[in-house]
Amino acid sequence: MAPRMPDRRLGWTPLHERYDTAVPTTTPDRLVHAAEPGAPLVEPPVLERVLAAALARGGDMAEVFVEDRQTTGAALDDRRIEELSSGRERGAGIRVIVGDTTGFAHTADLSESGLRAAAEAASAVARRGGGGVRTVALATRQPAPPRALVLPSSVPKARKLELLARADDAARSAGREITQVMAGYGDSRRRVQIASSDGVLAEDDQVRTRYSVSCIASGDTGMQTGFESVARTAGFELFDDLDVADVAQVAARRALAKLSARPAPSGELPVVLAGGSGGILFHEACGHGLEADHIVKDASVYVGRIGEQVASPLVTLVDDGTVAGEWGNYGVDDEGHPAARNVLIENGVLTDYLWDYLRARKEGRRSSGNGRRQSYQHLPMVRMTNTFLLAGQEDPDELVAQTPRGVYVAKLGGGQVNTTTGDFVFGTTEAYLIENGRITEPLRDANLIGNGPEVLRRVDAVATDFGMTPGTCGKDGQSVPVGCGQATLRITGVTVGGTAA
Amino acid sequence: MSELLDLAVKVVEAAGPGEGIEAYVARGHDTDVRAYNGQVESLASASSAGVGIRVVLAGRPGAAARHGAGAGAGAGAGAGDGAGAGADAGEGNRVGFAWAGSLDPAVVEATLKEARDNATFATPDPHVVLAEPDGVVPVELDLWHPHFADATTDEKVELALALERQVRGADRRIRQVDSADYGDGSVEVAIASTTGIRATTRRTTAYLSVSAIAGEGADSQTGSGFTVGRALADLDPDRAAADAVERAVRMLGARKARSGRSTVVFDPRVVSTVLSVVAGALSGEAVVKGRSFFAERVGETVAAEPVTLVDDPTDRRAFSAARYDAEGLATRRNVLIEGGVLRGFVFDTVAARRYGTASTGSAVRGGYAGTPGAGCRAVQLAPGDLDQEAILAAVGDGLYVQSITGVHSGVNPVSGDFSVGAEGLLLRDGALAEPVREVTVASTLQRMLQSLLHIGSDVEWLPGVAAGVTLAVGDMQLSGS
Repeated sequence: MAPRMPDRRLGWTPLHERYDTAVPTTTPDRLVHAAEPGAPLVEPPVLERVLAAALARGGDMAEVFVEDRQTTGAALDDRRIEELSSGRERGAGIRVIVGDTTGFAHTADLSESGLRAAAEAASAVARRGGGGVRTVALATRQPAPPRALVLPSSVPKARKLELLARADDAARSAGREITQVMAGYGDSRRRVQIASSDGVLAEDDQVRTRYSVSCIASGDTGMQTGFESVARTAGFELFDDLDVADVAQVAARRALAKLSARPAPSGELPVVLAGGSGGILFHEACGHGLEADHIVKDASVYVGRIGEQVASPLVTLVDDGTVAGEWGNYGVDDEGHPAARNVLIENGVLTDYLWDYLRARKEGRRSSGNGRRQSYQHLPMVRMTNTFLLAGQEDPDELVAQTPRGVYVAKLGGGQVNTTTGDFVFGTTEAYLIENGRITEPLRDANLIGNGPEVLRRVDAVATDFGMTPGTCGKDGQSVPVGCGQATLRITGVTVGGTAA
Repeated sequence: MSELLDLAVKVVEAAGPGEGIEAYVARGHDTDVRAYNGQVESLASASSAGVGIRVVLAGRPGAAARHGAGAGAGAGAGAGDGAGAGADAGEGNRVGFAWAGSLDPAVVEATLKEARDNATFATPDPHVVLAEPDGVVPVELDLWHPHFADATTDEKVELALALERQVRGADRRIRQVDSADYGDGSVEVAIASTTGIRATTRRTTAYLSVSAIAGEGADSQTGSGFTVGRALADLDPDRAAADAVERAVRMLGARKARSGRSTVVFDPRVVSTVLSVVAGALSGEAVVKGRSFFAERVGETVAAEPVTLVDDPTDRRAFSAARYDAEGLATRRNVLIEGGVLRGFVFDTVAARRYGTASTGSAVRGGYAGTPGAGCRAVQLAPGDLDQEAILAAVGDGLYVQSITGVHSGVNPVSGDFSVGAEGLLLRDGALAEPVREVTVASTLQRMLQSLLHIGSDVEWLPGVAAGVTLAVGDMQLSGS
């Protein structure tokens, strides 16, 4: 509700202590019953009538996106459970497409009259005529069960809060220098329903659960921070195999290590990224640049390069929304298209871009299932899901041993890219110097900067130890959950932005 | 407007004995037009509304939180905060929060019920209280222009289309305009509480923004421009267009620069971003929680002598000016750094009590779905005497930075470590020279404040919490080839 400002930045943030996106909940009993795929959010015959109304003045396509989101968020900070927060939001976004123009309106009123009013507003772009009576026949409803074994809403709040207190104890026991601990728990359930005049009728029930710990260590050199998070498209079963004390200790260890860190070096150096350290490199170096909305506007360094060698032969990059449990997983995208596994770069050769409905239609092809939106109040656009580099053959330790001098990045923070120039940055939150093939001193946080196509060509070794990391991807002011993954890999040269000469 | 306050008051009047309630009700309306390639790419128009409710349950001696984690999170809680504000440490209040994206009475009632339930789980804390009216009278600010967007949809569409045309036609090297946007919006907020808060605020905004791509041969570079105001009539499309074109075109041919120590001159837009991080470290909440490098340094010299930093949301020139803070207290002018000496922090009610002081009217929140915290709204550096050109001349050799990237990944407001990607132009003999890209500039925020060489006279109020101004900072590390 704040005054909206232009924000066209593309970037990734790790799941932050203060979760940016809405962390909405509701009365537990209601959710338990919703566990079986039950009533649709809006009855299909209503959707058919609303779609027909949306096209009454003309238009090529109309779509209703209905969303019901419930969230819980809790934070422990400064040794206190400070904030248990519940939220609920439901509404519908309606778009009408006429040629290259999209009309959009949204409403929190899911009654037929509320939806008709939004349809009317969205169809304003089609007022130049060509209308008439249209009938819309939707496909048969395919109810979707929740993507979770244990719905977080069925779990007592007290159990969720216990997880936070354990983090505080575990982190503080890691060292006397740990002076502050913040732990965050969040769950969300997002039911969506999409209907379009093309006959699409799809549903999904996305359940996400996250847990994060952020620590501060204080010493003679000042304060340092450490962060770790676990986040899955799953319910409370996330904690069956997860000891939250481990998460806290990882965060504490990162903060403690940096107390004795020296300034990061400055200039171009070989860089080894640990397996599962973030994978953000590919998200920024090429992921955004392969989104078709940038491609069709000639705003990407990867325009017109399909079939070309754009990366080292060791690079096979996949975006896969179907990987169950990963943070960027879903059943159907926010345009009703099934999530898919899309190979973008194969052995270094660019094979495809990522597509949503609008851009695919323009090119006469199918959406790749990458049309996503932050909420019903937003228009969909091309977004990544879980983007990862396939593992290679090398032994990760050997890879370090074969690097005489460089930087070893154990954990990455966020990043940002300019798709037009291909220049991107990504930050370290745990990094070390490599000297004579050995990991030695810890380094203070710094950004690294590179150019996408150049850095992709400089990947000269990929190991076997694959790992994924959850994060939040921001684009044009909208945030969505995504995953990133990679095994340990080496880049022969990247500019490290430290302060040491 | 009054209907929003009525709704908030109605929620508050449902309070039971020993229960404090604060209701924050907001409603907004936005219109957004995006032009591309001479056509309307999208046209969106929509309203939204919602409520956020905080419930504070008064403590009873020995009362424990309902969750079973008292040993770790509860029992030790008293130890950390000696700065009691007169409250009995054996007693504490508990706060719970819930929100909903609807003003439907049944939904609002369910939200209150949920907030009440959530409160029973919080760790008791004597400092947790709702804001109380403190007698400070809010300034009169002209933030609501009733005719702010008195134009037809066609006229708004034409503004976006015209901006795109203007940028495309401004220079033969402009190869693409990847978006040209017009937007306007209004937001109204009402806050009421059982402690007697009754506040209403409303504001209107309008903007135009454009993103351009310049190209020559295989080289492509980007630049953006924008103009903001409280009404459509305030907008200056020529300025937005000229900015986007100049910034994109002058970057053509950019290369990496050589690594080394350098004086860096930051463009006002960049400074606004960097100051917003500094402002975060001046939040009393960050200070009381041991997350600010400014903690325990009040009275010490933390910056070069010319640095006077004030947060003044009552300044009508500030785009982010506001009459009330997010707890319904009047905003006021707060001096943070004066002549290089740290004078104080900004506080909301809870952080202030923890620190042993009173709220500075500086509660902020991210709309109805967020809870209040302490933060700056309108930070500005006291301007110097030199305009940008004079600063460039005075610096002589260095790097002029027109945009930065990776602020969220490379600027750590706790440690102060600063490392960002930068684009700009080399500065040689006091004049702008070759364009530079794919470099980083690094230091620490602490050192940058001390190494500040010049503050410009060119204060520019931008969207965000800090005003922009040209700044020259000495002794930064540039990393490139």
